[in-house]
Amino acid sequence: MALLEVKNLSKTYDNVTTALQDISLSVEEGEFVSVIGPSGAGKSTLLRSINRLVDASQGTILFDGQDITRVKGKELRRVRTKTGMIFQHYNLVNRLSVIENVLHGRLGYKSALSGSVGYYTEGEKEQAFVILSKLGLTEQAYKRCDELSGGQKQRVGIARALMQEPRLILCDEPIASLDPGSSKVIMDYLREINKTMKITCLVNLHQVEVAVRYSERIIGITGGTVVYDGPAGELSERMIHSIYQSAEGGLITDVRERQ
Amino acid sequence: MTEGTKASKSLSVFSRRKRVYTVTILCVLALFFFASAVTRYDPSAGLAALPRAFLWIVSNLVPDEKALTRLPNILKKLTETALLSVAVTVTAAVFAFFFSLMGSKTTRPSEPAAKAVRITAAFFRNVPDVVWAILLMFSFGQNILTGFFALFFTTFGMLTRAFIETVDEVSADCVEALHATGATYMQTVFQGIVPSSVSEILTWVLFMIETNIRSSTLIGILTGTGIGYLFDLYYKRLDYASASLVVLSIVVLVIVLETITGKIRKVIL
Repeated sequence: MALLEVKNLSKTYDNVTTALQDISLSVEEGEFVSVIGPSGAGKSTLLRSINRLVDASQGTILFDGQDITRVKGKELRRVRTKTGMIFQHYNLVNRLSVIENVLHGRLGYKSALSGSVGYYTEGEKEQAFVILSKLGLTEQAYKRCDELSGGQKQRVGIARALMQEPRLILCDEPIASLDPGSSKVIMDYLREINKTMKITCLVNLHQVEVAVRYSERIIGITGGTVVYDGPAGELSERMIHSIYQSAEGGLITDVRERQ
Repeated sequence: MTEGTKASKSLSVFSRRKRVYTVTILCVLALFFFASAVTRYDPSAGLAALPRAFLWIVSNLVPDEKALTRLPNILKKLTETALLSVAVTVTAAVFAFFFSLMGSKTTRPSEPAAKAVRITAAFFRNVPDVVWAILLMFSFGQNILTGFFALFFTTFGMLTRAFIETVDEVSADCVEALHATGATYMQTVFQGIVPSSVSEILTWVLFMIETNIRSSTLIGILTGTGIGYLFDLYYKRLDYASASLVVLSIVVLVIVLETITGKIRKVIL
């Protein structure tokens, strides 16, 4: 059975702007799937409706066989703990230390009170340090997040998501604000997490080459609908242009090929 | 379009700007003369009176020895006033913080609730503290509670507004991330919003403590409490030297507080 199944999902904002239109897709356990498409095509909305930061207007979302489209309260918290999320702007609490931000990944499991006052068990702290060392952040553990570089912040973001012990990680443009070097580091970590920990990854990307190199499967979205869903290797030049609705030579990726 | 028309067009932009400036200055001048004529204010007479006023200040308002003997009493009342301001501001800040959560875009329970909070805050803020003091005197009389509540209401209104903006500014990103981990509302507030905004909140609280020390002097005159009462007393006895010592001690206290809070801010930020 697929880990995630999206059926006929639609989303309109304020009954006016259509972000998603009748989207259906399914993701198997352990897959690494990239979502590409122009800005405003609905990639972010799609990701956010999967962990219910955005409520879908129509359609259903099945996570691990359970219909989560309308779950509330405790059940919603449980679903969210199983879904990690990584953001373009890292979305850390900048004034707190790295280790505190990583431990935030446990909040979904804790009682309202112990989470509010920041009480974590020794086991959780040990687990946080193990994850930090895996991501090469041991030395930064007690630094404040606003002292870190962009690449380091994103690794903290990944650590926070891993702390949740998720089955699925949603990445919203994880490398859009990073330089090429840090971008490679982040994408390599995501691939490693996917391969060694068997965590399913659904990644929004702007860089088509990156999507092709790292993912097994690519979903192309344009105007809120899926226009391509297939293996990364079979994504043709023509298809890319139709996803981005551009003419021959109208994309930055075309520049290199001409030389 | 030819070069010539382009040049004349840019020229007309400059001449239009010049015309706007000229008209503005003429309007301000006209307003000044109109207002002076209505209120019968004579600028030259005002200027001429300055030296005399200054002489009067020097001869009457410089604290003399007799005034200095009153210093212990003044300092006692001053501490009382300062402590009241601290108490008022801190209490108001706690209430204002939870209210601002209901008014902020990222944390409000619903849009009507947020609007209600904003209107309430605006009401408390926009009634001047002196008016609050006069109104409250009917229920509490000339009592320290009157001063407390008068300051509390304006401080509460002011801080709610300030905190709403602070919470809006700092927390949209981290609130989303914490929600995504499955955190509850209270967990998001205490683990995300509070740490992100604590230094801004403290800056506002320190600023309001300073403001409240100044306002409490004025309110004290009305309610007959604290340092304002002393000032009123000396002033009405025509003991100007002592009255001015009261003012000087308030100024010194505010300056000292400003220096301390400046240092505190540096440490936190």
